Amino acid sequence: MSGTRPLLEVRNLRVAYGGIQAVRGIDLTVGAGELVCLIGANGAGKSSTLKAIAGLLPVTRESVRFDGEPVGGMRAFELVRRGLSLVPEGRGVFPQLSVGENLAMGAYVRTDRESIAADLARVFELLPRLRERRNQSAGTLSGGEQQMLAIARALMSRPRLLLLDEPSMGLAPLVVARIFEIVVEVARQGVTILVVEQNARLALQVCHSGYVLESGAVSLHGAAAALLDNDAVRRAYLGE
Amino acid sequence: MVFFGAACVETFIQQLINGLTLGAVYAMVALGYTMVYGIIQLINFAHGEVVMIGAMVSFSVIGALVAAHTGLPAWAIVFAAAAAAIPVCMAVSYLTERIAYRPLRGAPRLAPLITAIGISIILQQIGLMIWSRNPLAFPQILDNRVFHVAGATVTSVQLAIWIVSILMMTGLAAMVYRTRLGIAMRATSQNPQVAGLMGIDIDRIIAATFIIGAALAAIAGVMVGTYYGIAHYTMGSLLGLKAFCAAVLGGIGNIPGAMLGGIVLGVVEALGAGYIGDLTNNWFGSNYQDVFAFIVLILVLVFRPSGLLGERVADRV
Repeated sequence: MSGTRPLLEVRNLRVAYGGIQAVRGIDLTVGAGELVCLIGANGAGKSSTLKAIAGLLPVTRESVRFDGEPVGGMRAFELVRRGLSLVPEGRGVFPQLSVGENLAMGAYVRTDRESIAADLARVFELLPRLRERRNQSAGTLSGGEQQMLAIARALMSRPRLLLLDEPSMGLAPLVVARIFEIVVEVARQGVTILVVEQNARLALQVCHSGYVLESGAVSLHGAAAALLDNDAVRRAYLGE
Repeated sequence: MVFFGAACVETFIQQLINGLTLGAVYAMVALGYTMVYGIIQLINFAHGEVVMIGAMVSFSVIGALVAAHTGLPAWAIVFAAAAAAIPVCMAVSYLTERIAYRPLRGAPRLAPLITAIGISIILQQIGLMIWSRNPLAFPQILDNRVFHVAGATVTSVQLAIWIVSILMMTGLAAMVYRTRLGIAMRATSQNPQVAGLMGIDIDRIIAATFIIGAALAAIAGVMVGTYYGIAHYTMGSLLGLKAFCAAVLGGIGNIPGAMLGGIVLGVVEALGAGYIGDLTNNWFGSNYQDVFAFIVLILVLVFRPSGLLGERVADRV
């Protein structure tokens, strides 16, 4: 990894559903300012890892450190206040709230009206489509627009670490490309990002580094460019 | 047919006035059912008892203030009664949520439902122990001025009930649709897990929902007490069931629906009671008033289970 200070350190993370171990002792590190992806087959434990980090699944206290502090087992709403925000799989917009209300909920943990308004303006600059539709209920947006809204909403909490769970899911290739442009732009603006992605090639092309998950454990990790050249990765995930 | 005569126009208007009054009270109580249902899909059968406690507390306060000969004007006494009933009801409702319902979050839906029935019985018994098993007569302090409208009469208490309930419901709507708390309530009802990802402490939102519903119930209790001039420890159960019917009529989980359902139910009930004698050749009398709410409930469940304003069953708060 690069020499930056680690913002997220995951050590020996374990998640079990009933008796089934979905995640069996994962270690991963995300440095401040990095854009890191987590790839792997269906059921490899990618989403479970992300949910566990975000506080949606029970884990031990020491298994997740955020900015040096142990935060494992904290609930999601507490983690958001510390600057860790998850965009869930399937986007999770509030369908009957307007786009503006969804964004207001993103800023729920903040009280500084002026800087919220400034961030809203920045979000609208990045995603003008959302400005046009701000009074429309979120359920009426297209899938791609909903994904943009979900990312924008997470940004409204001013996260230091943004977790993205399958942002390309169910979207047309052109829209996926647009979503990843946005992700790269957000990362360039200084937000650290850990993204789980089915589309391994696209993820490795835009990320700095990557982790490959296999049956709940990390099988490979390294610079994204190196993974793209790795024979095993090419065979298993890039279809070559 | 009798009811085309002039006398019947007057009866109609009179029953409409009575029905709107009753409906305003049902709407206030129905809101508590529908808000809680919208957020945690629980039918809080103890909600009617919260209304009873509101009526009882206001009875005690009014009685004490009248006995003390404070010289306060009647409206100030009623205001003081409401000011006492509201925090008591809020506390009762918060505690039931905290003690009885919160530990059952994530339990099968039947568990909190049965618990709610248990809480309802407990609250009734507490009412019995504090305020006795006898019906309590409210001191008649409000000079019930009567206004004549098109041959029918409206009392000042009825007018006060309309005005207060319109103010409360407008305030509630503004809260739910305009404020940060209200938006968070709607967000939580649509997707609690994602609401948590926004940094919303869902437990606090749920508690706030119970507390707001309880405040409306307390005011409804004061209204019922001063309108009928009587309170009894079992008064909450039938009132609660009818308000629940009103919430289902409007579309359970739907806030404007609860308001509309309450008003419609009150009017249906009053008109039904007014005409049932004529329609059945006096086989049934107005003592069958209570049957209409449940007829409405059955008709709604058969023909429009999502209620008047519920577009889909999943459409909440």
